[in-house]
Amino acid sequence: MTPDLSAPGPLAESAAAKLSLAVPCARLSLRARGAAVAPLSAALGLTLPERIGTRASTAAGDTEALRLGPDEWVLHATPAALPGLLAACAALSPEHPHSAVDISGRELTLVLEGPRAAELLTLGMPRDPDSIAPGEGRRTLFDGVSVVLWREADTRFRMDIWHSFAPHLASLLATGCAELAAETA
Amino acid sequence: MLLIHCPYCDETLPELEFAHAGEAHVARPENPSAQSDAEWEEFLFIRRNVKGPHYERWRHTHGCGRFFNAVRDTVSDRFLATYPAGAPRPSLASLTGESE
Repeated sequence: MTPDLSAPGPLAESAAAKLSLAVPCARLSLRARGAAVAPLSAALGLTLPERIGTRASTAAGDTEALRLGPDEWVLHATPAALPGLLAACAALSPEHPHSAVDISGRELTLVLEGPRAAELLTLGMPRDPDSIAPGEGRRTLFDGVSVVLWREADTRFRMDIWHSFAPHLASLLATGCAELAAETA
Repeated sequence: MLLIHCPYCDETLPELEFAHAGEAHVARPENPSAQSDAEWEEFLFIRRNVKGPHYERWRHTHGCGRFFNAVRDTVSDRFLATYPAGAPRPSLASLTGESE
């Protein structure tokens, strides 16, 4: 039972959790280090977060950055904001070498929410969901696949998945939704 | 399952997020063309295969993506320390002193 991933919307729902496909957004992979970080922060209009797993967003709220590694961030933005972000980064390239790549087409995002959303994650994730505080995010492993997990609230997560793995993970999570609900009943 | 401390993320995480990457502190020669065949053989193939505390590389593949070094006891599988790549190797005396 592979859920239909062709259009944004709900994929599976039960008393335990709800799984849906998010509206596509613009994604940017940013690699930079040292002296390039501060000018990039200024150009993007947000403070690139210091600690791995923490997030920051612009005042307008149309762009959000998550630190994935010592020199790596991923940015989510509205499609309208993307050309501006790319231009702002490109303008800095001569003095501050870095890499900003549009990866919008690489991934899709699933939204997990509901009273047992964190428990649903334990289906395929070896780490403790509670080690990710609300408002943070991490790159981690889910059933053998590298995913980026954003924790929005206690019971709401966003999971970025590479396209080719999405049907597998979506069907696993949909099964999990049903199983958790059957357990409660 | 082993729990491994990533020195970059500063978190202790399940082994499944990591990949083992062989012995640490195997330095590539500064001038490869000046090496003899025997020296190349040693650089490429000869490893210590330690029984006991072993300096080795790991990569936080499904996380920050970084390589780092660790000291693991190959008998008990216990991690004595992990430290960033490029850092000097910690002395065994300091590690075993701390852990006992």
